[in-house]
Amino acid sequence: MNTYWKFGAIVAVIIGVLAWLAMGGVTESKTYYKEIKEVTQMGDRAQGEKLRVNGYVEQGSIVRNGASVSFVLHQTPGMLQKDPVRLAVVYSGIDPLPDTFKDNAQALADGRLGQDGVFRASKVQAKCASKYEAKPQMKTDAKPLTQARS
Amino acid sequence: MENIGALSILLAFCFAVYAVVASVTGRLKKNSFLIVSGQRAVYSVWLLLTVAAGLLIYSLLTGDFRLAYVAAHTDSSMKTIYKFTAWWGGQEGSLLLWSWLLATYSAVVVFMNRRKFRDMMPWVTSVLMVTETFFLSLIAFVLSPFGILEAGRGNIVEGVGQGLNPLLQYWTMVIHPPMLYLGYVGFTVPFAFAMGSLITKQPGDAWIHTTRRWTIVTWLFQSAGILLGQGWAYAVLGWGGYWAWDPVENASLLPWITATAFLHSVMMQEKKGMMKVWNMVLISGTFFLCIFGTFLTRSGVVSSVHAFAQSPIGKYFVMFLAVGIAATVILILERLKYLKSEARLESVVSRESSFMFNNLILVASCFAVLWGTMFPVISEAVTGEKISVDAPFFNRINIPIGLALIFLTGVGPLIAWRRSSLESLKRAFLIPTLAGVALMVVLAILGAYEHPYALVSFGLCMFVTATVLIEFWKGASAIRAKNGIGFIPAAIELTHRNTRRYGGYLVHMGIVFMFIGYTGAAFNQDVTKEVAPGGSTAVGHYDLKIANVESGENDTYAWQRLAVNVSRNGSSLGMLYPERRLYKASQQPTSEVSIRRRLNEDFYINFAGLSADNKRAVIQAYVFPLVSWIWIGFWVLAFGTIVCLIPNKVRLSYARTQVVGVAEKHATVEN
Repeated sequence: MNTYWKFGAIVAVIIGVLAWLAMGGVTESKTYYKEIKEVTQMGDRAQGEKLRVNGYVEQGSIVRNGASVSFVLHQTPGMLQKDPVRLAVVYSGIDPLPDTFKDNAQALADGRLGQDGVFRASKVQAKCASKYEAKPQMKTDAKPLTQARS
Repeated sequence: MENIGALSILLAFCFAVYAVVASVTGRLKKNSFLIVSGQRAVYSVWLLLTVAAGLLIYSLLTGDFRLAYVAAHTDSSMKTIYKFTAWWGGQEGSLLLWSWLLATYSAVVVFMNRRKFRDMMPWVTSVLMVTETFFLSLIAFVLSPFGILEAGRGNIVEGVGQGLNPLLQYWTMVIHPPMLYLGYVGFTVPFAFAMGSLITKQPGDAWIHTTRRWTIVTWLFQSAGILLGQGWAYAVLGWGGYWAWDPVENASLLPWITATAFLHSVMMQEKKGMMKVWNMVLISGTFFLCIFGTFLTRSGVVSSVHAFAQSPIGKYFVMFLAVGIAATVILILERLKYLKSEARLESVVSRESSFMFNNLILVASCFAVLWGTMFPVISEAVTGEKISVDAPFFNRINIPIGLALIFLTGVGPLIAWRRSSLESLKRAFLIPTLAGVALMVVLAILGAYEHPYALVSFGLCMFVTATVLIEFWKGASAIRAKNGIGFIPAAIELTHRNTRRYGGYLVHMGIVFMFIGYTGAAFNQDVTKEVAPGGSTAVGHYDLKIANVESGENDTYAWQRLAVNVSRNGSSLGMLYPERRLYKASQQPTSEVSIRRRLNEDFYINFAGLSADNKRAVIQAYVFPLVSWIWIGFWVLAFGTIVCLIPNKVRLSYARTQVVGVAEKHATVEN
């Protein structure tokens, strides 16, 4: 039995170390998914945490200023400036913005909300990097004849 | 025509159901006519699906834009090869590809074993066909690849189509999805044999012997699929990364990890009769992770940069997984008494325990990746808040795991079975350890001490390389002394005598090369600059100067190209031509990076866009040390895997002599 005890002890140590690493990893990199309207309602709490915000890029809002890029996200696609549920974002990360990042694209911004209400993104993903599909319109399983895609 | 396609799929579905019913009843009632008819149904499924796939390909190639699938995934200006690859460019088509591949594999399995395993084969057939039925039910009733756009309502201009995403129009993307699918689908076969042997209460490892080659080939396909994906990301996405721990990437990695663990732990069962339950768990886990991976990429349950569609098929996958896993667990528990271990672990320092640690660490890594991937779903279920974890989480866990694995890669093959004495350990590992430590000292002096993980990684890579070289050197020297032939022929002779062992060493070397490449990432350098034509910038020891800007257009896209003069320490290295394109059909801009690939480092330029005033080009330049070794490592790995598949010159028999008495009692039933 001795061998099995030794073996068990080593296994326990390995699993312990990995669990410790995992806990550290979670604390370090956890990011809350939030809708734009939730971010605007979160108040002070929003400023402490890393957030990931999903939205649609406002037409014509992308402005490059040297190394940083600013733009505006909306909850729903195709909204213009008058839509109140909007979030101004400044991106100044190292990686280039993806090619799919453009007007009206669906984008994911990771970062923190600044005191001034501007979202400082450290990472921006545009949701079509390998867009294999258009979003199905309603229920595609009901009637094959309405599978038209926009 | 689309009617014939849809009808073929429907008929294939019926035949698959029939094959299950006929095989099971035939087996239970001992009616060999029914069993044979079940097998013929398998061939029919393949034939019908080949017809359906052929029709879909024909529609894609001829541009039949009445079909929703064709209109959504091709346009008339695309190259023929990309029209063909649109087969797996979308949801419906890739499910058809899955079904067709599984039908092909099933037909091959049924044909190859038509006179073997009379007991087991009907069950194997039915497990395969149950899986087939599931996928066929999706394309027959939920997502038909042959749906027609409603006349007059289609908002797509007749004869044009929306085209394939231009980012996917790249050579590795042509073969990456089918390679991964060949891997995903292939694991159904060993799983089916495992279940067959459980159902028929076969205690031995006939199923492992039969499916060994199959598993290795499938594993190779999957490795190739993952590596092609990395190669594509590196050369196309413009930031030089090859792995981002994205859910879809993780989905392809998970079954690869468990399959790797399986390939190692089957040796324990073959040689020592140990870990029988564990092997069942691993192969089932691999199969369900393959299904789970398909589910993850095809259902949109976790948000991903790959952004596959939200789709209605998620719930069917969940049901299939739930039922399948439950049935497998019950079956394994029910048959536990046939899976008793024939030997005991004798020492912590032994080949056995190194295999166990290898398995433990691989499975821990798999679990960590799975946990991280599903974290948003889990946290939402538990706390109500959707929380994701990203790259730092995965790296924190997997870098130490990777280092531990590479260490075991060196240790495992040389440590003795049962138990190892200190003396033999010293003999085997003295030189490799010294070599590894020496390299670490040299690198630390050269300045690598800032990256401790990288330093350890290089040291371990050296250690493993030394163990492998010594193995080849020892074996080949013996043969050379005996036969009086040169060193290289002796090494080849050695490999031919035990292809699995020496092929395995080659695979390990491939992994070492890949680790060298991954480790190089610790020393990446980059710069982002707006540069006017005629201007220049620098990164690392490279200087670059924009010579001129050209532009033009063709049928598919408009392009703009920089001619960049690259030099190092004043001596010119030639020109690089990064390019930006705007694809017309999709209005999608893309970057075509330009890379100077060398063994020591790659120099990589991305033309990221124009500055706000349109006068300067935004350039991103990177130095990626050692990255080529990832691709070299893959070729070595592939070569080693193929060597493993070559039969030994003289058939080796693994007598389980150490386990006196037990092996005879549990001798394999069929072989």
